[in-house]
Amino acid sequence: MNEKKKEPLFHIVKRAAIPWQKALIIRAVAIIMALIICAVVTTITTGIDPIKVFQSIFVGAFGSARKTWITLQNTAILLLISLALTPAFKMKFWNIGGEGQVLIGGLAAAACMICLGSKLPNAAVIVCMIIASLVAGMIWGVIPAFFKAKWNTNETLSTLMMNYIATQLVAFYTIVWEVPKGSGKIGIINQNSNVGWLPQLFGSKYLLTILVAVIVTIFMYVYLNYSKHGYEISVVGESENTARYIGIKVEKVIIRTMLLSGAICGLVGLLLVGGINHTVTTTIAGGQGFTAVLVSWMAKFNPLTMIFSSILIIFMDRGASEISTSFGLNHSYSDILTGIILFFIIGCEFFISYRLQFRKKDEKEGQ
Amino acid sequence: MEIKTAAVSMRNITKTFGSIVANNKVDLDIYKGEILSLLGENGSGKTTLMNMLSGIYFPDEGHIYINGKEEVIKSPKDALSLGIGMVHQHFKLIDVLSATENIILGLDGKLNIKEASKRIEEICNKYGFEVDPAQKIYDMSVSQKQTVEIVKVLYRGADILILDEPTAVLTPQETEKLFNVLRKMRDDGKAIIIITHKMQEVQSLSDRVAVLRSGEYIGSMKTKETTITEMTNMMVGRSVTLNIDRPDPVDPKPRIEVKGLNVRSSDGILKLQDVSFTANSGEILGIAGISGCGQKELLEAIAGLQVTESGTIDYIKDDGTKETLIGKDPLAIADMGVALSFVPEDRLGMGLVGNMDLTDNVMLRSFRQGKTPFINRKPSRKLAAEIVENLEVATPGISTPVRRLSGGNVQKVLVGREISSAPTVLLTAYAVRGLDINSSYMIYQLLNEQKKKGVSVIFVGEDLDVLLELSDRILVLCSGQVSGIVDARKTDKNEVGMMMTRMGGSEDHE
Repeated sequence: MNEKKKEPLFHIVKRAAIPWQKALIIRAVAIIMALIICAVVTTITTGIDPIKVFQSIFVGAFGSARKTWITLQNTAILLLISLALTPAFKMKFWNIGGEGQVLIGGLAAAACMICLGSKLPNAAVIVCMIIASLVAGMIWGVIPAFFKAKWNTNETLSTLMMNYIATQLVAFYTIVWEVPKGSGKIGIINQNSNVGWLPQLFGSKYLLTILVAVIVTIFMYVYLNYSKHGYEISVVGESENTARYIGIKVEKVIIRTMLLSGAICGLVGLLLVGGINHTVTTTIAGGQGFTAVLVSWMAKFNPLTMIFSSILIIFMDRGASEISTSFGLNHSYSDILTGIILFFIIGCEFFISYRLQFRKKDEKEGQ
Repeated sequence: MEIKTAAVSMRNITKTFGSIVANNKVDLDIYKGEILSLLGENGSGKTTLMNMLSGIYFPDEGHIYINGKEEVIKSPKDALSLGIGMVHQHFKLIDVLSATENIILGLDGKLNIKEASKRIEEICNKYGFEVDPAQKIYDMSVSQKQTVEIVKVLYRGADILILDEPTAVLTPQETEKLFNVLRKMRDDGKAIIIITHKMQEVQSLSDRVAVLRSGEYIGSMKTKETTITEMTNMMVGRSVTLNIDRPDPVDPKPRIEVKGLNVRSSDGILKLQDVSFTANSGEILGIAGISGCGQKELLEAIAGLQVTESGTIDYIKDDGTKETLIGKDPLAIADMGVALSFVPEDRLGMGLVGNMDLTDNVMLRSFRQGKTPFINRKPSRKLAAEIVENLEVATPGISTPVRRLSGGNVQKVLVGREISSAPTVLLTAYAVRGLDINSSYMIYQLLNEQKKKGVSVIFVGEDLDVLLELSDRILVLCSGQVSGIVDARKTDKNEVGMMMTRMGGSEDHE
């Protein structure tokens, strides 16, 4: 009569909130396991000593003072774009147009450097660049927002399409402004006069970007958590009906938030063109507008956590370049390793929210 | 007849969610050819228990026997193959598909709409359902959608049916129709479990009742051998009085005046037609009507959330001056100094934000206060703590997201916030829907307190018994028109029920 079917080996149980120490341990275990799997995969596929691979990843990111600075600067850029996207994401406005907003901001800055470089004093050019790039980013952000607010168009598509427009505009102006003619690139702008080059702080050309990132991080944290605007963003993101019910003008919030989102992206464009590269190319954003989506999500839209997620991504990216040169491995090999690590990091969130309950041995006799 | 086989035996079932014990060592038997009412207050674990039976959750401990054989139900598919089907409170249908398509969705085997439609019609004829298999879901009324859900589980061969609060969305007539169908199914030898809060329904429908309280099984008895009072006491764990107070209105003065209001929905359907009435201060104006007869539009029009076509809505101040509310949004209405509170039907989708904690939800109405661009959470924290204490909200704390609270507690938070702003007009839509007896009575009491303070309370309800006991006057809506305003002390259920279904006037009414 009591013919028993096989009980599942384990089932999933939702956890109560777990203490942060325990959550940290789970994450640490996940990273260690990821590294072990990376090591095994490396040994099997290339035969190279995995310890050496890890070493050179680290060397690539932090091997020298210069490398460390570049890692920090790249982190700052990625962090800034992620921060820019975050208020929109919190509003459930899927802005994947970070790439285009950065590019157009960079293009606007470059335009000021090229067109005004010989006409205005340096300080005036820089002021123009700041305004132009912020406004350009805002325009790129607000166009999809306007259509979304007015006619509820799909922002994922429109922001994505704005990326292509920005890329093509940059490509077009590259030809207009190319130096020398026929080279197909703009080259370093104002190489001799340095007009429009953003100032170096304390004699370091890396510090400005990092400082801006620190300021924007703090601003965004406070803005989202403690300001009335931030609260409105959360309400609109969670439920537009509730927002209307308490008299929040949803259209206004969408437009205002995308103005902010676009402005910060434009600022990144300014830093990339005026502070770091002193030129503009179609690949100047380097896909970071998309990577930032991942960074923002991994941090669950918390600006402070975003610092760590962007460091991780940049660390792996920088380390990846290093191993591809020192071991003659393809750059995509590092993408494989990054993929493995991300898999574990994102996967471990499951174990933070849930636990597995295994079948109890003694239950077998129970009736 | 006396010895029935247990279709389902649940033994020693325990289920926890984090630190919350939803079910603790529950034993439950369900027999064939029987309708069992599962009773319990909000959060007593009824739905959780049924979800384990239908394979949505897996119990932490315990055993389930189906027809005497121990089974392991790992998924809804397992449950269905054992003949267990559940009709959820929230329908799980795809709007753009037809009834037939929804019913056969996800089934293995060849897709044959014609044959499926034929079988669906057979099922309908057998039990007396009225479904057009080719009709699209979006064209259906709530009760038709529910019918599709029931036919869906029958089509899949279920002979153990679980219905989670099936009557919450139905009119009295629709409810009666559903009950007739359920009785036919019982006579056909099916085991039926129904979760409900309405005691009258329990008495008229079920053969046996089983009571859960705070996740524990309290007991079961034959419906015939028990009384509403006994069942209620078992649910609550102490004796409760079941009379709703109705203090006499003190100094009623016109507060809200609606004249010739017409409202059209976005797809051009006339939702309210020439609606005129006056709501007085210090009075509860009940609004009765079959669901979807314009109640939502009426309240939202007053609250400034609904675009109106023509007509006027005026707010009359204490000194007799009138302020028009038409064309103003909630913020503008508040800025005029009109203290209007609104407890909407959709609590988590409109009145509150499910993912936010109690403090942030309480803050929804007041976050604009202060001149700085920053929010001040301090007063809201204090208010949230007060609401939790005064209204006995069961919650781990004020920083718990409200979606984790049970339905009754969610409603207490919402009502608590809305009355905290000392309103002069309080609009409530289905304020006690899905609430257990204890919470419902607390809400009635709160509304009466507001009434005594001179607030003009507009109470849209679905339970006629409650409307008749609580309101001073009842406005009856029928297809968007006012079919009459009656004195609740002098009318009866029959009269109001007739007015609810009478179309367009009184000529076809005897």
